[in-house]
Amino acid sequence: MTDRRTSTPTDAAATVAGDGDVPLRAFSIAIAALGGQGGGVLAGWIVETAEAAGYIAQATSVPGVAQRTGATIYCVEIFPQAAAERAGAEPVLSLMPVPGDVDVVLAAEWMEAGRAIARGFVTPDRTTLVASTHRDYAISEKSALADGIADADAVQRAAAVQARHLVAFDMQALAGAEGGVISAALFGALAGSGALAIPVAEFEETIRRGGRAVATNLAVFRAAHDRAVRGADPAAASLASPPPSPPGHRRPSVSAGLGRARTPKAQRLLDRVAESFPTATHATVVEGVKRAVDYQDPRYAHAYLDRLAPVLAAERAASTGARGGAGGDRTYPLTRTVARHLALWMTYEDTIRVADLKTRAARFERTAAEVQAGADDIVYVTEFMHPRVEELADTLPAPLGRWVWATPWVRGVLGRLVARGRHIHTAKLRGFLPLYALARLRWMRRWTLRYQRETAEIRAWLVAITQVAGNDTALAEEIARCQTLVRGYGDTHARGMARFATLMAAARQVQGRCDAATTLAALRQAALEDEAGQALDTALSAQGLATAEPRTPAAKPVKPAEAAE
Amino acid sequence: MAERSFTQEADKLRLGAGETFRGEAILAVAKALLQSGIAYVGGYQGAPVSHLMDVLADAEPVLDELGVHFEASASEATAGAMLAASVNYPLRGAVTWKSTVGTNVASDALANVASGGVTGGALVIVGEDYGEGSSIMQERTHAFAMKSQMWLLDPRPNLTAIVHMVEKGFELSEASHTPVMLELRIRACHVYGRFEARDNRRPPLGLAQAMANPVRDTGRIVLPPANFAHEHEKIAERLPAAVAFIKRHRLNEFLGGAVGPCGIVVQGGLYNTLIRALELLGRSDAFGNTDLPIYVLNVAYPLIDDEIVGFCADKSSVLLLEEGQPNYIEQAFNHILRRRGLGTRVVGKDLLPMAGEYTGAVVRDALARYLAQDAGHSAEQAEGQGADTGTEKSAGQGTDKAAPVAPGHNAAGLDPSVADSLAATVPARPAGFCTGCPERPVFSAMKLLEAEMGPFHISCDIGCHLFSILPPFNLGNTTMGYGLGWAGASAFNVPADRRTISVMGDGGFWHNGLASGVGNAVFNRNDNVLVIIDNSYSAATGGQDLLSSRGDNPRRSTRHTIQDALKGVGVDWVRTVDTYKVSTVKATLREALTTRHKGPKVIVAENECMLTKQRREKPLVKQRLAAGERVVRERFGVDADTCTGDHSCIRLSGCPSLTVKPNPDPLRDSPVAHVTDDCVACGLCGEVAHAARLCPSFYRADVIQNPGPWDRRLARWRGRVIGFLQARADKARARVAF
Repeated sequence: MTDRRTSTPTDAAATVAGDGDVPLRAFSIAIAALGGQGGGVLAGWIVETAEAAGYIAQATSVPGVAQRTGATIYCVEIFPQAAAERAGAEPVLSLMPVPGDVDVVLAAEWMEAGRAIARGFVTPDRTTLVASTHRDYAISEKSALADGIADADAVQRAAAVQARHLVAFDMQALAGAEGGVISAALFGALAGSGALAIPVAEFEETIRRGGRAVATNLAVFRAAHDRAVRGADPAAASLASPPPSPPGHRRPSVSAGLGRARTPKAQRLLDRVAESFPTATHATVVEGVKRAVDYQDPRYAHAYLDRLAPVLAAERAASTGARGGAGGDRTYPLTRTVARHLALWMTYEDTIRVADLKTRAARFERTAAEVQAGADDIVYVTEFMHPRVEELADTLPAPLGRWVWATPWVRGVLGRLVARGRHIHTAKLRGFLPLYALARLRWMRRWTLRYQRETAEIRAWLVAITQVAGNDTALAEEIARCQTLVRGYGDTHARGMARFATLMAAARQVQGRCDAATTLAALRQAALEDEAGQALDTALSAQGLATAEPRTPAAKPVKPAEAAE
Repeated sequence: MAERSFTQEADKLRLGAGETFRGEAILAVAKALLQSGIAYVGGYQGAPVSHLMDVLADAEPVLDELGVHFEASASEATAGAMLAASVNYPLRGAVTWKSTVGTNVASDALANVASGGVTGGALVIVGEDYGEGSSIMQERTHAFAMKSQMWLLDPRPNLTAIVHMVEKGFELSEASHTPVMLELRIRACHVYGRFEARDNRRPPLGLAQAMANPVRDTGRIVLPPANFAHEHEKIAERLPAAVAFIKRHRLNEFLGGAVGPCGIVVQGGLYNTLIRALELLGRSDAFGNTDLPIYVLNVAYPLIDDEIVGFCADKSSVLLLEEGQPNYIEQAFNHILRRRGLGTRVVGKDLLPMAGEYTGAVVRDALARYLAQDAGHSAEQAEGQGADTGTEKSAGQGTDKAAPVAPGHNAAGLDPSVADSLAATVPARPAGFCTGCPERPVFSAMKLLEAEMGPFHISCDIGCHLFSILPPFNLGNTTMGYGLGWAGASAFNVPADRRTISVMGDGGFWHNGLASGVGNAVFNRNDNVLVIIDNSYSAATGGQDLLSSRGDNPRRSTRHTIQDALKGVGVDWVRTVDTYKVSTVKATLREALTTRHKGPKVIVAENECMLTKQRREKPLVKQRLAAGERVVRERFGVDADTCTGDHSCIRLSGCPSLTVKPNPDPLRDSPVAHVTDDCVACGLCGEVAHAARLCPSFYRADVIQNPGPWDRRLARWRGRVIGFLQARADKARARVAF
């Protein structure tokens, strides 16, 4: 929680009550929520609490389409009943929040807090911002081809500047821990913020009067209230959690020392990394080594290091050449980048890998936890698998696999076998045993068609990297990053591979240009822009480069039977 | 079964004189109708008046006691025509709908009821869906009021004023033999407030009595020569009667100060926004006491010439706050003032935006400019003419406060760098299908089919299914109105290589699509494809029952299938599919698009609205669990281990419960797909994974709660074998562990 508290509940009371020089005005509360977060319930609670505490209250909202996953604003205004009686008139209350005229913004999600700030509802002179820091990702963030998650820190920075008093923590998690809903947490945080000069008991009484899930709601309310109060105490600032940072950008945490392995084979690998690779690369390289062992065996991890070594050598040579023996870039960015992407590529997701991951004991435990199964519950997991003939052929020894690929009638027969998706019941023997057996085929992985194809692709990619590393380390790094396009299964994988090939061709063409690295980086960004590849096409033609991929089918006649008539 | 139960609210309709009603304004309207002694009420649901229909449906016992007939009309046209009961009989009646869309549909009936005129008070309550959060916000009801000559009430947005205006509306209608419209903006409909209730009144004449004593008056029938006479009667008799009534009962209000060179004219519905803006500029207190004269148009049409002239006569200018375009009121003001030879300047949409919602900020900024420039200018003029000094003071005050925007800040008072950074960060939140929505899979199938066959022309309708035009589906080319999905593609009825796809919901189908779309296609030998999405309710408007709803409704006749209706009008090619079976939906669509069958092809894609289903089933499951019964809870999940972070699954679904989370794999940076606890196990994720051959990461977990002895035994046996093998594999891994 961050706190820039400058007000006390008494200040707020003065504002509401209109004492002293402060003009008598309504106290305005805006609730920014997503459909289904209970913003209406929260508005109702605030109204009821205010009425019980001697205020006139008005609330309004804009339901309708906005309720279906959209963002919406509820507006609550309260006014002291006694003051209205003194004046002998009814206050005129607003039906919508006006920028610069909002006392409290309750945001049920972190980006909605950002939206409220962007709309001008949070101003340093008045507004208490009570916001949950959790994220409910928008469709644009979720559907991005890679990482489309919005920058939570931008909202944090804006909130720090704009809010008079900021109460921000993960209210969703807090509510979830008590088995309750976020509206109760916001209600508690509002009470704890001291923005309203209404005793906490009145808030609690409202929840009790509601009569629904009273115990849970009260527990959530109190936890959020206490959390808000604690944050408001400067002495408790050290307890505050760090501001939310964008997820998905964490790097391997192993940084200091390689430690001791539990087995000699693993220790040999660690020793080799320690001897042959500079410290700055250890964290990533060890992670890659572990992954290769987990995927195949220690020999495969050695192969991983064998492939990585020339890249390190090339980078060393390049930096020595460029800086005249001054030591070069001690962080070895190229080696680290290749170490990461090479590990990912070498552990491509083939049928054996999928079967292995799906049948592990640790996976069974994880799924049971994920679906929140109780200790006495029984969990049966069903997989949705739809291998194509391609995946079957890929799992066969290379010559056999090639024969299947090349023999139409075999493809036809196998095609009928895999025409429909399979439901595999992994926790039952009929599903577990075949998967388990498939996972054990690891010993023959090196002979499979897929292995041979991937190995050839990896070699070509590494050659391209080491070749340009001498002249243009930055470009080499960008070529390494293009591996990010190679992922997924089936058509997704094929599409990624095709796009990867396009970028490799582009890399060859831009090689030697002074802006080669930035151009390739921009192209890679474009390749991740949309599924159809239009952004990449546009970017390529803007650079005068060739496009290579087939596009989504254009509208074509689909009534051949009739067209022939 | 409607989305919300209003049983509790329905009790508020019984409040009597002296009691305080607390609640939503649209429910206060329902109470006001009963206080006015209506004999009948009807309408068609839609935001923002759905709650009026829903509360009336839940309040039928109250209505029965009073002898009030309530009907859930088939369409707004039906509701509009219902007012015909007030033509010959002194029966008060009210109808309601979402405007302007509903008013468009009802126009035929409204033109006729307005032509012949009414004997009993007839009130149309329209939810003016203009501004933020509205779905269809173009146009103004004002135009319909003027063209049909129906009076338009636009009360101040507080419950007392709204209720008062409902009651006066009936009197005005009767005094002028003219149907009256009462418009409520979306926020006003949903505003929570209070008013002092009065007793409900039984209608003095019952519908049955009227039926027993039919009255026929050819002078009221819309047929020559009577309708020629109606046109004269409207001007010569009804308008003067209305003007007299409005003046006598002071339906419009003169508030604020009495004198000064400038004043403000405001539509009643914008009054609170105006006062808040004045308050922010330091020109009003919280109670609306201001030195500026304000003329509140609680009656937006007709305008009262004498009142306008009286208000403007001593002013050099007035600011007119009129939301929506064209600026009918502004035009009329200028017309009236010029005709009376007054030079008062009407400041309106030259200062305010021509179109769009008049929010607090818009009104505040316009007022500041008006007070700074125009009032300042007026003050100089007034000074020149030797006006009193008080005016100068107030004008000066206005100038002082007229700079709401601090230098270096934008209109929202934000630091520009903060504003820019936020604008680039905060993502849009387009509306989308709910968690587990049965309509979503239809569009997943359509998108998969387009990936194979290329894009089709898709004609959309109104309803939840219209969200297909938004991300992630991005499907649909036009939408022409409720029930008009297929009619919107009727021109494309020529020999071609590709067929068109039209979409219609069950709501739109019964609203008019059966005739305008299906009947039209049969008659004109259309060769294209219609997909009817049947989720058993009018889901987008709040889950109201329809003719084809499958549930029991003790007060309505349901279970009339869409398939029977299709066959009845002559469709031969009809297929019914389960929406969640993506592969089947896709195959059926492909068949419809490629079959050699000539003529209309209709696919009925069925499954119950998940919101409604969950509302019904969740409590039952809870009960069974509490009773210790065996319950199998299904849920979907994603294996983060095998998910590679491409998010194809999300682009084919968009389910709110299918989201992303940080990748637990330290080497990867794309977030992985993740299914939240909100998952209702509709099964779409798995279906799409199969149909699109996406990836093996999705799993369904069947969690057996309160398992029986046989369940436990079986699980133990399975666990032993599987556990043994897993331990072997773990041991092998341990031999090379780090």
